[in-house]
Amino acid sequence: MKPLKSLLFVCFMLLAVPAHAAKITVAAAADLKFAMDEIVTAFKSANPDEGIDVIYGSSGKFQTQIRQGAPYDLYFSADIGFPRELAKQGFASSEVRPYALGRIVLWSASLDAAQMTMASLADPKISRIAIANPKHAPYGKRAEEALRASGLWEKLEPKLVYGENIAHTAQFVQTGNAQVGIIALSLAVNPELASRGGYWLIPDTLHEPLEQGYIITKRAEGNALAKRFADYMGSKLARAVMVKYGFVLPGENAGK
Amino acid sequence: MLLSGSDMQAIWLTVKLASIVTVILLLVGTPIAWWLVRTGSWWKGPIGAVVALPLVLPPSVLGFYMLLAMGPDGPVGHLTRALGVGPLPFTFWGLVIASVFYSLPFMVQPLQNAFEAIGDRPLEVAATLGASPLDAFFSVVLPLARPGFLTAVIMTFTHTVGEFGVVLMIGGNLPGITRVVSVQIYDHVEALEYGQAHRLAAVMLIFAFLVLLALYAWRPDAKKG
Repeated sequence: MKPLKSLLFVCFMLLAVPAHAAKITVAAAADLKFAMDEIVTAFKSANPDEGIDVIYGSSGKFQTQIRQGAPYDLYFSADIGFPRELAKQGFASSEVRPYALGRIVLWSASLDAAQMTMASLADPKISRIAIANPKHAPYGKRAEEALRASGLWEKLEPKLVYGENIAHTAQFVQTGNAQVGIIALSLAVNPELASRGGYWLIPDTLHEPLEQGYIITKRAEGNALAKRFADYMGSKLARAVMVKYGFVLPGENAGK
Repeated sequence: MLLSGSDMQAIWLTVKLASIVTVILLLVGTPIAWWLVRTGSWWKGPIGAVVALPLVLPPSVLGFYMLLAMGPDGPVGHLTRALGVGPLPFTFWGLVIASVFYSLPFMVQPLQNAFEAIGDRPLEVAATLGASPLDAFFSVVLPLARPGFLTAVIMTFTHTVGEFGVVLMIGGNLPGITRVVSVQIYDHVEALEYGQAHRLAAVMLIFAFLVLLALYAWRPDAKKG
């Protein structure tokens, strides 16, 4: 009986821990993984009392979850179309703000992708090419467009494998299970991936722009911390981090 | 037609995967279960624990290890290359091997319980009557353990049908090769195709309910309360 009693006591103690004073949850597209981590760390060191949780995943799934009442205060989508739709249906408490343009690259952990072009993908030595699922992942859609524009889609389709989101796609390449992948530039420039091999920037003339946007959700209406974090995304420091990870910022020239 | 061509393809692929995995596990799991019941070896504990691991481990852990192990730099990847069959991820047989591990406890544990329930006595009698151990296994143990086999086969088959995390991690979502029903439903939901997701999900729900109903309501040797 005794151990059971102490177990119950521990459970009650856990429940009794007071909730954090201010805390927000951010749902962010997987391509933001490294950039957003850095921005949140910087924000937290400037505001040590505030709590921010970031959840990374596929933009499409977050849209569905927010519609079903998911407790996210901000939603950063890799495709601005998703938050626009949410705003139209009344799930947003802010306007839809564009925050970046994404770029796609060829990346490999075993070959030198810096020396590649789209045409190199037809090399018979390459048996698996990873892209994000074009059916619902914004980066996958752009990868498909780039392959089609290069006239390679029909030829390469049998070699393609599909990741659930762009981070999952990079993981297929990182583990060597696919020799090459079309992933987000923002992931390829991260030191961990960059140390494994170079990348080749796919010309943005080959695909539609990857316009990314965010909203503050309806749930966070009047939430001061959510608003402050959104403003922080426009700060000089946050913009510098975004640029470092290869994002083109709204209002700035792509220049490539 | 309520279900699209790619939905039917996913259903057929799932049935094929689950059937092959069940047959393999029947052949592999039966001797393991029998050994676990009969052995006095020190290894009984560790092996039993390894068999039960997939019950406890999240599919993401299994999928992660398998992706690394089967990759070109992993031990299984080296082996398959030496054998000349190429890497296993993104292939149907890669899924089969992953599922065999994933569903192992669902075959072994019901069989183990069934074998334990038989006890030593029938085997001793068979031996007295001059039956070899192998003969005794096939003519005494197998018939007595029939309900156990039925449970094990149904649980293994349905558990493989319900697999999702491992498939997502090592499958690569290839139509007709690794895109099973659970992944197809996930894709429909992600693409906001709720209508198609609903129809396929309903098929799964009805299938699962009917199988479990059969298992609970119609067991040949179930005791009548």
